[in-house]
Amino acid sequence: MFQNAKINEKIAFSLLRMAMGLVVLFVLVILYYIISNGYSVISLEFLTSMPAKRMTAGGIYPALVGTIYLIIGSMAFALPMGILAAVYLNEYAKPGKVTWLIEMAISNLAGTPSVVFGLFGLAMFVKYLGFGPSVLAASLTLALLILPVIIRASQEALITVPREYREASLALGVTKWQTIRRVVLPAAIPGMVTGAILSVGRVAGETAPILLTGAAYFLPRLPESAFSQFMALPYHLFVLATAGTNIAQTRPIQYGTALVLLIIVLGVNLFAIAIRNHYRKKMHR
Amino acid sequence: MSDEFTNGTEIEVRGLNLWYGTNHALHDISIDIPKNSVTAFIGPSGCGKSTFLRCLNRMNDLIPGCRIEGKVNISSQDIYNKDVDVVDLRKKVGMVFQKPNPFPMSIHDNVAYGPRIHGAAKKEIGGIVEYALRSGALWDEVSGRLSTSALDLSGGQQQRLCIARTLAVKPEVILFDEPCSSLDPISTSKIEDLILELKKQYTIVIVTHNMQQAARISDHTAFFLLGDLIEFGRTEQIFESPQKKETEDYITGRFG
Repeated sequence: MFQNAKINEKIAFSLLRMAMGLVVLFVLVILYYIISNGYSVISLEFLTSMPAKRMTAGGIYPALVGTIYLIIGSMAFALPMGILAAVYLNEYAKPGKVTWLIEMAISNLAGTPSVVFGLFGLAMFVKYLGFGPSVLAASLTLALLILPVIIRASQEALITVPREYREASLALGVTKWQTIRRVVLPAAIPGMVTGAILSVGRVAGETAPILLTGAAYFLPRLPESAFSQFMALPYHLFVLATAGTNIAQTRPIQYGTALVLLIIVLGVNLFAIAIRNHYRKKMHR
Repeated sequence: MSDEFTNGTEIEVRGLNLWYGTNHALHDISIDIPKNSVTAFIGPSGCGKSTFLRCLNRMNDLIPGCRIEGKVNISSQDIYNKDVDVVDLRKKVGMVFQKPNPFPMSIHDNVAYGPRIHGAAKKEIGGIVEYALRSGALWDEVSGRLSTSALDLSGGQQQRLCIARTLAVKPEVILFDEPCSSLDPISTSKIEDLILELKKQYTIVIVTHNMQQAARISDHTAFFLLGDLIEFGRTEQIFESPQKKETEDYITGRFG
């Protein structure tokens, strides 16, 4: 019996180890593949020059700038809206039918395919509100796409704030809103930032929603305003890899573009982790 | 009983009933808690003593489904009156909790938190913090490191910080909800000394599981059982010659 348990444990552990190893292996293979194929084209010039010769040469400047605009634009909408919605749902909304309905809607929104968001953005922002295919329409569409992720992460973060903090504050004759602002939110911010981390990667990488709401096949210039069309890295990658005039010729640019996309997501993640650690240190936990 | 209360009554409760949903948790409680003295609530777990304590600063308002009937007057003001601002009430009636719960901020900011929100001028804050920490018997231990995190303090220091934080808001009444239950004996005795010091200026109500503690520090003791206030009187009388059989059984350790 005892011997059996030991053998079982060994088998279980080796399976777990194998699964973990496999995941790490895949990540490393992908990273190696992209880096080894892409690093040779990466240069300051690649990042800061326009595509040239029907995109078979030159850089990715407009796509890079477009993706950064999308990250900033969608975060500017989704982060405050998501945090406020989470605060409302967790701290103010009374449990009941309406709250249940809202929670259900958020869960469903999180599971909706991104192309559906794209279609909605096209109908709502591009057509109905008349923004046209633009940075604004695409940012709003992406904001809606990541809103459920941010709301959920913010709710989780709010739940982990100990009830003792709220009670201590309220018992000092502090109002509920002041308590939320001065004690609950600061304690929840590290968790909320984690939610934002997850969504930046999605904003940078999503293709379907922006394809329908303003990403251009090719633009020889940067977007002039929030109402201009734009290029973005993931769509640029798609174009180069499928519809380009010469796929073989653009191959290094494709890998270079993928590598830049990867670095952006990684960079934003590192930045967000730095913020989180800063707050954690401040809280001394 | 009132002739025993040389200082007058601070908290006057009449016919207080409390329900959690359909659970009738407190039955018709009436009590006069004297000013500038220590009143202890004792009784077995679940007897309603903490629930009753939380009626005195309306912390039960936060619990969904909690319903209260009856009258609670604190310095002659009916605190359940519609016109009463709960926020103002809680400034006047401070509370120290079972588990030390300093905010994840510096020692200084913990104490300054209340006064800052209540609009104390910037240049007053330093003085208030020092006064509160001195009154909380913590100043000598922390004066050199006010800007370090409160969470680095020991449990007993944290609890005294929580008391100082309460004092900084200048309450009239302080409610202690088993303040020493998570502390070691030395920290406990420091808190007890502090409470005895504080009663000169404040009216103190303390819930405790520890009967020796009630006997050591309180002037009056109320014994609760299953949501009823069984007996209330001077502490010596409750412990030496209880009038009710239930009180005697509890105090002599026959149950609870």
